[in-house]
Amino acid sequence: MTDVIITAALVVAGIGLACSLLLVLASHFMGVKVNPVEGEVRDCLPGANCGACGFSGCDAYAKALAENPETPANLCRPGGESTTKAICEILGVEAEAAEPVVAFVHCGGDCNKQVYKEIYQGLNSCAAAKMLYGGKGSCLYGCLGCGDCATVCDNDAICIVNGVAKVDPRKCAGCGLCVAKCPNHLISIVPKAEKAVITCSNHEKGAVVRKECQNGCIGCMKCQKNCPAEAIKVENFLATVDYEKCIGCGKCVSDCPVGCLEMLKA
Amino acid sequence: MKELIVILMSAVLVDNYVLNKFLGICPFLGVSKKSDQAVGMGVSVIFVMLVATAATWPIQTYLLNPNGLGYLQTIVFILVIAALVQFVEIFLKKFIPALHKSLGVYLPLITTNCAVLGVTINNITDEYNFIQSMVSSLGCGLGFLLAMWLFAGVRNRLEESDAPECFKGMPITLVAASIVSVAFMGFGGIIDKLFA
Repeated sequence: MTDVIITAALVVAGIGLACSLLLVLASHFMGVKVNPVEGEVRDCLPGANCGACGFSGCDAYAKALAENPETPANLCRPGGESTTKAICEILGVEAEAAEPVVAFVHCGGDCNKQVYKEIYQGLNSCAAAKMLYGGKGSCLYGCLGCGDCATVCDNDAICIVNGVAKVDPRKCAGCGLCVAKCPNHLISIVPKAEKAVITCSNHEKGAVVRKECQNGCIGCMKCQKNCPAEAIKVENFLATVDYEKCIGCGKCVSDCPVGCLEMLKA
Repeated sequence: MKELIVILMSAVLVDNYVLNKFLGICPFLGVSKKSDQAVGMGVSVIFVMLVATAATWPIQTYLLNPNGLGYLQTIVFILVIAALVQFVEIFLKKFIPALHKSLGVYLPLITTNCAVLGVTINNITDEYNFIQSMVSSLGCGLGFLLAMWLFAGVRNRLEESDAPECFKGMPITLVAASIVSVAFMGFGGIIDKLFA
């Protein structure tokens, strides 16, 4: 009886020992040296692999940070300030404050303002809705309101209010997943600061826009003329704000005849 | 030769490990969302199954059986397969980094995959010799790849279908998996007829 137990134990122990020896030798002779800094940096990153930093995932960003000292440490948007601080501590460099950013939906054509041309009852997806005559709204540039962006958001920062997607700046991590998802390319990443933002993306001429949506930018150039910082430019009948120049005075918001400019609530 | 073809074909179609024996369901449901990932996982499984069989068959035949330790099969096989997969990962990382990059994420997943363990144990229970064991492992791996790849296509269609709210996600996936499995039952008996 004892013999059986001893033989069994010896055999299993022997195989285990052989396996561990194999692995020890393998990692000793064939191991690839990983920069220890890279591993530490990788542990700091949130692991969302969102690609907002411009690298193909958290691993690639950690590698770039460890190998190239000129890589900025403040690129991780989901991680935010705390991550930047942690990375800087590991790399031993001064922390540069990351500019906080949020996503913003450039459409304000909610169901009170937009003129609808059809009643859409299909699959609840913007991509599908767009395939049917460009969506239910008469404005072909506007929010389709089916919430593809809200579905893709990891932080529940987007919800559909009155038929138009709205981003909650307090929840938004600025990762940009929604930017890529919107079939009408309505969402962009803007600085999280008290600055003017345009809530329209329609490039049609003023008269056409008026028929489609009461919120639409008619390209009257009033904001461009009156902006003290020359931060607004009207191109193709649509105002665009240069966030670096905008001083957040709010003059354009009160001037706009259709009310398609608003101040970002930071 | 004919015998080997029979073993291979029946392992791929009739005794499909995922759809007939219900082994390896975890990766089958977990990694079948996109077809390229499914194929990556399938190829890794083929590779690991072959390596595992090549290692466990001699252990069983020349070490366990002569000492009357056949009952230690499960525990020894788990040990050996786990160590082997780890070794393969180190090896690939050093010598074939490109392959490691594409298979790397799946390899640790396969370490505790019951399909791999099932193949090695079934090879012993079916009393295959070494060559037959290797062919059977290859067949099982191919069957796994086929199941993964087919099901990735099915899931692709599922994503766009308008399933009832309570079925969305995993429930409808499981329903679809069972239907695919039933479809595979149609292959039963095909091998006997083909090679009769």
